[in-house]
Amino acid sequence: MMKRTIFAKHLRESAIWIFIALELAFFGIAGEFLSLSEGSFLAPDNMLLLIKQTVPLGIIALGMTIIMINGNIDLSVGPIFALCAIVLLDTMTWPIFAGLGDWVIPVSWTLAILVGSILGAINGLIVWKTGVDAFIVTLGSMLGYRGLVFLYNGEQPTYHLNWTLVDIAESTPLGIPLPILIFAGCIAFTWWLTKRTAHGRNAFAIGDNRTAAVNAGIRVGPHMVWNYVLIGFLVAVSSVTFYSASGSVNPNDGMLYELWIITAVVLGGTKLAGGRGSIIGTVGGVIAIQLMRKGLGHIGADTAMVNLVIGSILIVVLYIDRQLNRKGEQELKA
Amino acid sequence: MSDQKPVLTLKNIVKTFPGVIALNKVSLDILPGEVHALMGENGAGKSTLMKVLGGIYQPDEGQILVADKPTILRTPLEAKNKGIVFIHQELSLAEELSVAENIYMGELPLKSFGRVDWAKLYSDVDEILDRLNCGFKAQTIVGDLSIANKQMVEIARALTVDAKTVIFDEPTASLTDAEKIVLFDIIEDLKSRGVGIVYISHRMEEIFRISDRISVLRDGEYRGTLKTSETDHDELTKLMIGRSLEHTRPEESATKEEITLEVKNLSCGDLFKDVSFNVHAGEVVGFYGLVGAGRTELAETIFGMRRKTSGEIYLNGKHVEINSPADAINHGISLVPEDRKGQGLVLGMNCRENMTLPQIDDLTVGNLTAPAAEQDIFQKYKEKLEIKTPNWKQIVGNLSGGNQQKIVIGKWLSMHPNLLIVDEPTRGIDVGSKSEIHNLIRELAGQGYAVIVISSEMPEILSVSDRIVAMFHGEIMHTFTSDEVTEDKLVQAISGIYENDSAA
Amino acid sequence: MAQGNLKVIGELLAKHGILVAFIIFMIVFTVLNPRFITSDNVLGVVRSSAILGVMAIGVTFVVVSGNLDLSVGSMMSFSTIVVLDLHDKIGPILGIPVMFAMTMALGALIGFLVGYLKLNSLIVTLGMLSAIHGLTLTYSGGKNMDIADKDGTWFSIFGQGEILGLPVPILLFALLAAGLTLLLSKTPFGRKVYAVGGNGVAATFSGIPRARIVFYCYLISSFCVAVAGLIQASRSLGSQNTVGQGLELEVLAAVILGGASLLGGSGTIFKTVIGVLILGFIQNGLLLIGLEFYVQYIVTWVIIILAVWLDIAAKRGQLWSPIA
Repeated sequence: MMKRTIFAKHLRESAIWIFIALELAFFGIAGEFLSLSEGSFLAPDNMLLLIKQTVPLGIIALGMTIIMINGNIDLSVGPIFALCAIVLLDTMTWPIFAGLGDWVIPVSWTLAILVGSILGAINGLIVWKTGVDAFIVTLGSMLGYRGLVFLYNGEQPTYHLNWTLVDIAESTPLGIPLPILIFAGCIAFTWWLTKRTAHGRNAFAIGDNRTAAVNAGIRVGPHMVWNYVLIGFLVAVSSVTFYSASGSVNPNDGMLYELWIITAVVLGGTKLAGGRGSIIGTVGGVIAIQLMRKGLGHIGADTAMVNLVIGSILIVVLYIDRQLNRKGEQELKA
Repeated sequence: MSDQKPVLTLKNIVKTFPGVIALNKVSLDILPGEVHALMGENGAGKSTLMKVLGGIYQPDEGQILVADKPTILRTPLEAKNKGIVFIHQELSLAEELSVAENIYMGELPLKSFGRVDWAKLYSDVDEILDRLNCGFKAQTIVGDLSIANKQMVEIARALTVDAKTVIFDEPTASLTDAEKIVLFDIIEDLKSRGVGIVYISHRMEEIFRISDRISVLRDGEYRGTLKTSETDHDELTKLMIGRSLEHTRPEESATKEEITLEVKNLSCGDLFKDVSFNVHAGEVVGFYGLVGAGRTELAETIFGMRRKTSGEIYLNGKHVEINSPADAINHGISLVPEDRKGQGLVLGMNCRENMTLPQIDDLTVGNLTAPAAEQDIFQKYKEKLEIKTPNWKQIVGNLSGGNQQKIVIGKWLSMHPNLLIVDEPTRGIDVGSKSEIHNLIRELAGQGYAVIVISSEMPEILSVSDRIVAMFHGEIMHTFTSDEVTEDKLVQAISGIYENDSAA
Repeated sequence: MAQGNLKVIGELLAKHGILVAFIIFMIVFTVLNPRFITSDNVLGVVRSSAILGVMAIGVTFVVVSGNLDLSVGSMMSFSTIVVLDLHDKIGPILGIPVMFAMTMALGALIGFLVGYLKLNSLIVTLGMLSAIHGLTLTYSGGKNMDIADKDGTWFSIFGQGEILGLPVPILLFALLAAGLTLLLSKTPFGRKVYAVGGNGVAATFSGIPRARIVFYCYLISSFCVAVAGLIQASRSLGSQNTVGQGLELEVLAAVILGGASLLGGSGTIFKTVIGVLILGFIQNGLLLIGLEFYVQYIVTWVIIILAVWLDIAAKRGQLWSPIA
């Protein structure tokens, strides 16, 4: 029994990396025979590009991991992503900042990040103070925040190209693209937060056994609000990283992000009910999904196949996880 | 001892809930270095009192004094900070975290930037674990520990704060004898350091072994405090249940010749092994044992809720295969489950809907449900069982425990079963309803039902059963007839020492 | 006597709060713009809500049984694309039943995974959302699907036709609502759905086959999705692959607005229909008083949270959550 659980735990922690290794092997080999393109799938350039493309979803997934470890969920990340982009691009054109020249860039960054954090805080405060389930609250704000996105500029895209900004976004300090460095920074920070700080450890305690946490004197309400602020902050960082380069945002941007992100987090081994999960696992989850997208594209499959495969994998993972946690034949049938 | 200042005093605590007085002027004082046992039947108010002490409920009247100073305990944290620590019956641990993180949950030692000081955390915890002679380390993940070891974690938690009062709530429920001895040593150790201990238990032998004084609650009222050395089982029982314990044996047996249920060599994994017994029509067979002895699991297997690993079941002489509760119901078996709220009732549904649930397929006109037929059944059993509810629309979750239990019993009686299994029929039910339910069980046997009663309460098992099966660690130790059974024999049998004459 | 009346009103509000809110809402908007209550307008709103409504009715079964269904949006895209394709390939008479069979096969798969394998419904239907979307894209080859001869087919009747002066989508919606109300509230099956959602363990202990009930709920949900897909295909006679995208959450919003608890065991078809109509009339009412469509998103947000909050507050007897 004991051996079984320990085995299950090791398998759970390493599963995503085994899966990634299999993906790499498969696409590396299959790519030689099936790919129409010249380059090898495993070429460093291709891998670097792949990681760069995981950044926007990846950064948000880090925040979602902590939210889910804490036993909550956030469905409203998509519109927050779009709204932060609008704030970033629009504030740069505001007359009051006209005198700043390129110094408007850090100001706009700050404003965008502030807005993201505030929207997160609103979610958190509503969940805490009303006691309405996080799923419902963020389902509601997914609609409401999207409304705010449209309110800003109607159905028109918002765009503003600032070449200094684009140069910064496309820079490669130390030979590594800036977005990847930012992603790495976010990974390091959230890893540190979950593994090393009282706040992070409390997230596990609350998600695992809420009553025990309350009895131990952890203030679960404010704790949860901070987690929502954190995910809002990370969504904003992700948005700023992505839109600094692209310079244009559609009001429908970020749609279905919540679904991709939750898929990645669950693939990475985070338990939906809370109490278990890891930042590193989530990083594996987003990379696995991006590998699947790119890899299938590389061997000539279309996006249809990607959706089909990822959806199926999610269900298979859930099934395996359940089998590992079963108590075998002694289980009550209910 | 009498001139010492109490570490904790309760004065005239009153706590009411809508329609119920849960605590009526309860007073108590806990001295340093004493083990103060708190006894009372289920529903006597012990758990409410503990919640008042734990800062979960606020008393309506009365005073709590910690070291002679009037104190208000608004939250669990405040209680803890005042040195009042609980060892809960249901373990309140986070399974995925380490032992150390659980012990210091909510107050992890910190360095700058909110970082956890792991070195200090682990060394502090390992020191405590060494003191308790635990066989695990601070870094061990709690989910990997046995239940007894998890309890040790809870106890270790109590030692981290400067506990003045430690409250043990049924601590031995899931412990082996060896583990109990360790626990009692720890309690001695706490005592010697001047900690006041409140020890809640139903087990008389434990209470007499370790306590210095015993306070008794009954129906929310304080009934007095006795010195352990100056009292005995009888006096205590009298105080608890308001009458002396008559060894009420069923007056007349209605047992018939026919065997309704025969179980041969039934096993389910390591939950229970090779269990064989029979139940006659008109007979009540009681199953007695400690928590975890496999009684409930046995009932669930007979009812098709668990998959048996081997063995056979015969009903009225015929071999039957039961793979689901639906099969069991079709064969005329009814089970009133142990966990009323979790397994017996859909709390959000009304009384009538709950009562007719197992036979809803048969109560139809055309393909639609027939409210009139449902009402007939509800009305019949409402009257028969004297269920107190304004009308059928009442949501079951709003009824009292006793009335809820009667709904469950009514639900299964209305199926007219051959065999009725009742698991802990009176858990959490007030004294009045209790004897009603006992009478009902006897009455059913009189009408020819075969009944199995599973109970952890000795007076209950003694007063309803024609025969008593004692189980220990998944095996039947002995089957007693009502003539030969005594409390002593029963206690020994369920501790696994019946056949060994040298054991006391 | 007066006190008694107050109590009755209180109980009425607690039980039918959503209906009261709906009526107040209708009155306010009628005052703001009298056109709001004209039969043309009302009929128009109901008609445009029919697709959402049909899906929401099906999802109500799933939610009452204590589960979620996030896959109905992509499943609706699937059935729309499939029936449009089959229309030209094998004709509508064969095509419609084949489409129903294919859609319900997907529902059966989800029902098997959630019911018999006991997998978490949120994740399963999240996975199915993605997988079915992929299936649709594979089926259509990524292209939009159109009926070749748009004027020469009777297929348009489901989305555009009228019977006895009533638009067919409304009739289908009403018929389905009536039939499934009967099923959920007046049959043994319906009772079992509530029992399974209210307390699955207790239901099992009462001999109810939990897995089978959950399975049927997903089957019903997929049947409703197929009907919605039929209406959608018939209305436009051509469609994109993503026609149902995002609908799953709107559907869920309508069900929640109707007062069903996501924990299961509560909710009715009637209340879900009210929830759907509220969403429809909000959209319409705001447009009529000259506000853009996206303002409804914000209003819906506020209304959903208020509705659920007040419901919870009434149950716990205090407005604010007691959590520290």
